[in-house]
Amino acid sequence: MAAARVAAAWQLLAAVEDPEIPALSIVDLGLVRYVKVDPGGVLDVGLSPTYVGCPATEVIRRSVQDALRRGDVGNFKVTTVLSPAWSSDWISADGRRKLLEYGIVPPDQGVSNMRDVLRGTRPLACPRCQSLDTEMVSEFGSTPCKALHRCRACLEPFEYFKCI
Amino acid sequence: MSAPAPKVDADALFRYVLRLGDLSLVLGQRLGEWVGHSPALEEDLGLANIALDLIGQARLLLSYAGEIEGRGRDEDKLAYLREQGAYFNAILAEQPNGDFGQTIVRQVLIDAFQLELYERMAASRDERLAAIAAKSVKEVRYHLRYSGDWLVRLGDGTAESHMRVQSALDLLWPYTVELFAADDLDTLMAESGIGPDLSEVHSAWSARVDAILNEATLKRPADRPHAWHGKRGQHSEHLGYILAEMQHLQRSYPDARW
Repeated sequence: MAAARVAAAWQLLAAVEDPEIPALSIVDLGLVRYVKVDPGGVLDVGLSPTYVGCPATEVIRRSVQDALRRGDVGNFKVTTVLSPAWSSDWISADGRRKLLEYGIVPPDQGVSNMRDVLRGTRPLACPRCQSLDTEMVSEFGSTPCKALHRCRACLEPFEYFKCI
Repeated sequence: MSAPAPKVDADALFRYVLRLGDLSLVLGQRLGEWVGHSPALEEDLGLANIALDLIGQARLLLSYAGEIEGRGRDEDKLAYLREQGAYFNAILAEQPNGDFGQTIVRQVLIDAFQLELYERMAASRDERLAAIAAKSVKEVRYHLRYSGDWLVRLGDGTAESHMRVQSALDLLWPYTVELFAADDLDTLMAESGIGPDLSEVHSAWSARVDAILNEATLKRPADRPHAWHGKRGQHSEHLGYILAEMQHLQRSYPDARW
């Protein structure tokens, strides 16, 4: 019974879109940390914020509540999980593919040393023309999680999902 | 590490967490003043994003402070309904934006402080603070890259930009001393393994800031004894104006909601 509720909840959560990158679900982004049924019979969903000030966090929380309510999974609660801190490494393979299709370059993966990320400048391939002749325009873009880049070959701007 | 950790009462922890949260809140509010006024769209985005992260940190810290206090005050009540004397940020955070260069200098000084502080606090015995620090430090690294890069461009830029950031540095440097001046509360937190040892934070901060100043061809001003006690609730005149603007709505229309 509990297992069925958990499975149903995962299915509902996989349909909750990220409000700022609607191509991805919150499960693709790795924001759902766990789904379990606590001893009191309450379904508990652990959610992590991407950035602490990200305004989408509140929207996501509400969308999750709406989805669970509509899905009729019984009593539930949504818990914010800060630790361990969310990492862009947790975006699923499927999520990375969807990001790229959407025109956003997915983040570097498996970086052990943040200093390399901050200083190292692996050239990003333009998502439109694949040229490596690109440059960063601004490390802060339309949302906290993205930086703004541009391709010098096709002259189009594109976004990079920052590694964090 | 053999002596038992001293006991920390709720009131001490409450004041300590407010110190951390107020620094982020006040600086975030200051940076928000740039929105729509920055020299370029990229800088508008950059400063606004950093402000947003700082407000995010403040929300986590103030919520925690309210829970520790246990008197029903949440993040909003603490942010919008406290008087100036109940704010415990170091007063560097409340100093005016000045020109873009002055904002960048203040940002480098505080970003480097938060970076060294949070890196150590991620190992705090207080699990909640450790989690908030570990989460925040990832973002603060990006803040310092932004502010540090700008300081190098401005310091090592034209004669005019160099002159402006050097005067901003001379103006703001004296306020940095307060960040590291450990009082009884800081010492208690360090001894009980909740907060870092501020002298350690200071030397790491110094090395980091020196490296940036060096690259920016700027001269590090001398430390002077400080007369600031923002961490105890004694502020410069500037905080009152910040709070007047930030708290206006809740004061005029109590409990107004979005």
